Formats: sequence, structure tokens, C-alpha cells
Amino acid sequence: MIEMKDVHKAFGPKQILRGLNLKVDTGESLVIIGGSGTGKSVTLKCILGLLQPDSGTILLDGLDVQKAERDPFLAKFGMLFQGGALFDSLSVWQNVAFRLLRGSLKRPKEEAREIAIEKLRRVGLTPDVADQVPAELSGGMQKRVGLARAIAAEPDVIFFDEPTTGLDPIMAGVINDLIREIVVEMGATAMTITHDMTSVRAIADQVAMLHDGKIRWTGPIGDMDGCGDPYVDQFIHGKAEGPIAAVR
Amino acid sequence: MNVLAGIGRTVLGFLQIIGSIALFAVDAVSHLLRPPFYPKEFFTQLGTIGFLSLPVVGLTALFTGGALALQIYAGGARFNAETVVPSIVAIGIVRELGPVLGGLMVAGRVAASIAAEIATMKVTEQIDALTTLSTHPMKYLTVPRVLAATLSLPILVGIGDIIGIMGGFLVGVTRLDFNAAAYMINTINFLEASDIISSLTMAACFGFIVATMGCYHGRNSGRGAQGVGRATTSAVVSASILILASNYIMTEVFFSA
Repeated sequence: MIEMKDVHKAFGPKQILRGLNLKVDTGESLVIIGGSGTGKSVTLKCILGLLQPDSGTILLDGLDVQKAERDPFLAKFGMLFQGGALFDSLSVWQNVAFRLLRGSLKRPKEEAREIAIEKLRRVGLTPDVADQVPAELSGGMQKRVGLARAIAAEPDVIFFDEPTTGLDPIMAGVINDLIREIVVEMGATAMTITHDMTSVRAIADQVAMLHDGKIRWTGPIGDMDGCGDPYVDQFIHGKAEGPIAAVR
Repeated sequence: MNVLAGIGRTVLGFLQIIGSIALFAVDAVSHLLRPPFYPKEFFTQLGTIGFLSLPVVGLTALFTGGALALQIYAGGARFNAETVVPSIVAIGIVRELGPVLGGLMVAGRVAASIAAEIATMKVTEQIDALTTLSTHPMKYLTVPRVLAATLSLPILVGIGDIIGIMGGFLVGVTRLDFNAAAYMINTINFLEASDIISSLTMAACFGFIVATMGCYHGRNSGRGAQGVGRATTSAVVSASILILASNYIMTEVFFSA
């Protein structure tokens, strides 16, 4: 279970998170929605320790993440980055097996390669892709490789940062279905941040609406359309008029 | 008062950057001594930084040695001292021009490349990805580059020194009618072990500066293409200035009587 209590984070004079409270149960898929610049990515980065919150507490299974030993803590996480964040200098299989080729999860090279190819197959890529470099792949294929890398070490928690940004609707649908299948199959806890309402409906068990550094509303996906919150209503229907200023 | 405040802000900003670079360098050295180590990354960087810089360092040394021989011959002729060409070429190349020009050429090639690569990795979230994959960016990116540059620059400069002396030798023998054997004997007899040790020590220091500046500016780059461009320029400029400044300091240490 991930729990964030009264988390604040500012960059200089700009306050991003203003007392964020959030809870994600084990095995649950939570999607955070909200406009650009509302602190969605900052939230994920604070949990991972990529950014240090100014105040507040973040707990993973009851343990304070800032006091946790880094390597075992990070070994519990997989993350799909918005642009894939694949390493240009490594082949596709070396990207996927990155964690399996070094550190505490290190395996023999051949075994790591086999696991990488199996994970590539799981995300719908053929083994011949394994020896290519990321620059040779399309955006959709890079997202799939990023997804394969996120699940390669079978993490307990997977983060998805804008998983369908930049993809055509068909490829976006494929990625959404893959995320849903994999999360259910692995029994992992998932946190996704997105603007894409199709993704929200495909991936989420729970939805949280982030606005102005705070969670405005949270509840099951089935309750989202009728929740009555004017912020959620404006966001999910893409209205220009409403409490969320169109120019931020 | 506004002028004074502006000067104060500039000085404080400058001191802040120096402090930040110093802390980064200390951090890099401390990671150099603690596992995990990434030998594959180190050997890859040794090839990229060391081996691939050999042509540029070699050609620089060759032409500099030749030009130096011509200059010293012309200058020496003013007081009938043309015979000093072999010894002055040797001392000039080994003590000063070999390490400094080698360092500056490598700064142009390597600091720019390191800064651009790491800055692009930062902009495309690859450095965040490294962290989430339980890999410390300082250990995986900075340490192999700093170690490879620090170890390969002395070898490069050593080869460059030999090529530079050979450049002077070729010009001396073919253009200035020196006897080949006498030229070589003069060169070898004049050079001392301390000249070579100082040259290689300077080179190691310059290698450390080049890689550290490339990594520092890459890690601290701004966003977007402009950020990457600025990081690259800053890496080359700061590495070059630090090479020239540290060259003066080390010359004082090694050679002031």
C-alpha cells in the first residue's frame, strides 16, 4: 500500500504540491488525472525519491520511503516513462534486461536475454527486435519496450507516466489493454498519470483528480461520471468553462 | 548602489558555481572509490575518449612540433643559436605544448560530447530511468568517464609528445639541414625524467578536468535543445579555462626555482 500524507513540494517560489493526501491499496490500479502542471509527475517522482518533498510523509507498506534503503526499495518499482526513456547506447534487449544485468538482481547474461525476449513477446514484440537499438523503433514500439523494461524484474508497484501520449488512437488502445492485462496478471499495484480519458476508463480501478497541488476528488472509476465534483466534470468532459482556469 | 549590488550578485553567483563544481568533483572521486563499479562502461569510455582522440592529438602535436622548429630556428638565427632547435623543441613540446594543446583538443572533442550526451539523457528522462533501475547516475555515467579521461590523457599526451618531437625532427632534418643522428642525440640528452613526469601528471589532471566539466554541465543542463547547447558550450569553455589556469599553477609547482 502506498500512502501520501500532507505532502508539500515547491520549486523556488512555485508551490506544486500543497498538502497532498493519497492512498493506493495493494493490487489496485489508481489513475491520477489533472491538467498540465498540476503536479502529477512530481507526485510520482516524490514517491520514487527522485524528488525530495519539502514536508509530509510517504509510506510504502507502512515504511517511510525516505528512510528506506534505496536499492531494495527501488527494486520494488517499475516505471514506464512518458517518452520511453530508453538508453540510446544499449540494444533493446539490454534496455529491457538492464536491471537483470547489474546490481542485486543480476543474472547470467544468457538468462537475462531470455527473460528480456520473453517480456518483449509479452508486450507484442517479436524476438528480432531484441538486437535493434531504440532509435530504429517507432514511438509505439518504444513504449512497448519501455513497458517490457518496467515489468522485467516483476516489480510489486508499476508507475505509468502518460503511457499513451504521442501515440495514434489504435496504438494507444493497444498500450492501454496491455497495461490492464499486465497489472491484473502480475497482481501489481499500479499508479498511472494521464490526460487521456480513454486510458483512464481502460486502466483505472480508482481515479484521483489532482488540481492546484491537492486531490480534489477520489473514488472508483464507476463513480467518476456521476461524482458531481465540478472540477472532475469539467476535466472529463473537456469543457473550457468551469472552475479550472483554461489559461494556467 | 545598483552597480555594486550587480557586482555582488555576479561574484556570489560565480562563487556558487565554483562551489557546486568542487562538490561535484569531490562526489565523483568519492564514488570512484566505492562499489559497485561498471568496468564495461569504463572500457567503452576508454575507447571513446582515449583511442578515438588519438588522431586529433597526434596531428596537433605533429604540426606544432614542425612549426616550433621553424620558429626557434628563425628566432635563434638572430643571435647565432640555431643549434638549440632540438633541445628547445623537446622541452617546449614535453613541458608545455604537448599537455596543454592535447588537453585543449580533447576538451573540444570530449567535454562537448560528454556534456551533450548526458544533457540529452537528462532531458529525455534517461537519468531518472537509471535511478529507478537502482543504478546511481554518478557511478554509471560520471565515474567511468572521469576515470577513463584521467588515465587515457597521459597516454595520449605521451604519444603526442613523441609525435611532436618527430614533427620538429622532420622539419629540422628536411628543411633546416640538421644531421638526423645529432638531432636525436641532442633531444634525448637534453630531456630529463622530471620533464616527462610533469608532462604526464599535467595530462592526468587535464583529463580529470575535461571529463568532470563535461559530466557537471551535462547533469546541470537546462531543458530542451537550448539547454543541451548551453551545456555543451559551457563544458568546453570551462574545461579550457581550467586547463590553462591549472597549467600555470602546476608549472609554478614543478618548475619555479
